[in-house]
Amino acid sequence: MMKIDANGMYYKELNNRIHAAVAAGAEKIDLTNVNGQYYIGDGINRPVIITIQGVPGNDLAAFMNGATIIVRDNGQDNIGNTMNAGKVIVHGHAGDVLGYGMRGGKLHILKDVGYRVGIHMKSFRDNRPVLIAGGKAGDFFGEYMAGGVLILLGMFSDNKEKPKHGFRFGTGMHGGVIYVRGDVDESKLAREVGVFELTAEDRKELEEYLKDYCKDFKLNLKEVLKEKFVKVTPKSSRPYGNMYCPMPR
Amino acid sequence: MKNNLKPTHYFQKDISNCGLTGIISKSGKMVEGGVIIKSITLMHDRGNGLGGGFAAYGIYPDYRDFFALHLMYENLSALQLTEEYLEENFSIEQEEDIPTRRTQAISNPPVFKRYFAKPKQDAQGREAAELKKMTEEDQVVHHIMRINNEIEGAFVVSSGKNMGAFKGVGYPEEIAEFFRLEEYKGYIWTAHNRFPTNTPGWWGGAHPFTLLDWSIVHNGEISSYGINKRYLEMYGYLCTMLTDTEVVAYMLDLLIRKHGLTPEIASLALASPFWDNIDRLPKDERELLTAIRQVYGSALLNGPFAILFASNEGLVGLNDRVKLRPLVCAEKDDFVYMASEEAAIREICPAPDKVWSPRGGEPVIARLNKGVV
Repeated sequence: MMKIDANGMYYKELNNRIHAAVAAGAEKIDLTNVNGQYYIGDGINRPVIITIQGVPGNDLAAFMNGATIIVRDNGQDNIGNTMNAGKVIVHGHAGDVLGYGMRGGKLHILKDVGYRVGIHMKSFRDNRPVLIAGGKAGDFFGEYMAGGVLILLGMFSDNKEKPKHGFRFGTGMHGGVIYVRGDVDESKLAREVGVFELTAEDRKELEEYLKDYCKDFKLNLKEVLKEKFVKVTPKSSRPYGNMYCPMPR
Repeated sequence: MKNNLKPTHYFQKDISNCGLTGIISKSGKMVEGGVIIKSITLMHDRGNGLGGGFAAYGIYPDYRDFFALHLMYENLSALQLTEEYLEENFSIEQEEDIPTRRTQAISNPPVFKRYFAKPKQDAQGREAAELKKMTEEDQVVHHIMRINNEIEGAFVVSSGKNMGAFKGVGYPEEIAEFFRLEEYKGYIWTAHNRFPTNTPGWWGGAHPFTLLDWSIVHNGEISSYGINKRYLEMYGYLCTMLTDTEVVAYMLDLLIRKHGLTPEIASLALASPFWDNIDRLPKDERELLTAIRQVYGSALLNGPFAILFASNEGLVGLNDRVKLRPLVCAEKDDFVYMASEEAAIREICPAPDKVWSPRGGEPVIARLNKGVV
């Protein structure tokens, strides 16, 4: 077990030390007194476990390929940017643009998430990114989503009055799937998406994902599954095909 | 031939943002400059050394009834001409250099002076007041526009009562060191770390931008600058700072001080909801927002922004309607914090009672309690 006290440490120094520890074969790295250091976990290609005490800075786990990051506090913006594999677990809320262009691995956020979560997530063959937010989401949830799975629970929020999700839900979405616990506010959906019932196969897949999520946060799966879920998917795989030049049918 | 070409630049990612942070004690507790310096310094990498600045409220209690004019002079003749102008139009209670220290980081700074003054109540002043119905504030605004616009190399950095702005070219922590900001205490502070994108990095172009006691720090860009500028010109506001953010300071003065709007309504004019969202609202709200958009269409700020604006009333944070720039808020006892990154708040307030991200277009308003000012 490797320990690094990040108190007052510049992000380059911290990341150099993390990369050195990974290169030296560390299995577990504990970071304490983290506050705002950018790029933690970026580009790590091995399944190490990094535990963070404090609030990590933007672009946590960008380009990450196989590591696990556990954040004991809140997260900031751009977590999992273009992430390839591995997992990020955030025991608080997180900011905007989570899972930007994410192509594999998992992001588990316990509480609220910000704007543009899951923007341009994509999937290819076995690579299927999964992002689960236990709280509420801002506008543009699943914007331009091309693949993968977004799950919104709306259960664990510090803000009771806040609606479960914001406006322009699924704008430009043309692939992947979003599961929402309870109902969605259809007046806030983008015109590119529709709301559907889950199939038996969907339900099986969803339960698998939620089982893992509940394990990470020691939650009761039954409680989470108590309410019904709806599925939001795109109506077309090419929503803007006719925008500038109508295509022959 | 052996290939030994070196790369023309390093392909490390450039971080390009601005950073902002603000703090208010609603009960008027005095906070040392060191606190806000610590918070903005955490976001060092959001700027590039081409602009840093601070606004502080409650720093001049001994002169609380006078307009504190912070002046920046690029040359000696600007200083002489401005002092002649001030002499002619103001009763000056006190004038002095703004204390600075020599630092390694800041080279070739302009000259900074401050004047605690009121518009002169001579025959000319009385005429302005009685015939043109100009308040003292109107007169000060008029003089600031004239100095900024007509005296080459002289710029009013701030002009409110019991407040001041300190800004320049450098990282904010360097600007703070230059202006000895750790020696000041105030109940509202804002700070800015600049990464200029569309307009020059120069001493007058650093944030905050101010007018009277309005100060504004901004991350983003105001694409509607041309419309906003022309609209403001109709009311006598002249843009001279070569930077988009300037229009916000004047717009707030126009909407709130001159037109008497509340900060809530003014925020709805600057970041109006989209028409389709307005159409969904109950009748009263729909009519109100339609009226705001119709009357203040030219005040709408287009483009991505997170702004903090402060005055002797309090501190307000506001995002553009679709939240294209970050803004996080927190509360602890009677303190409210607003910043580009949560870490900048946690650096000075490790365990807030509440942390949240405001919605786009929804102002976060923290008012000073009655009797503080």
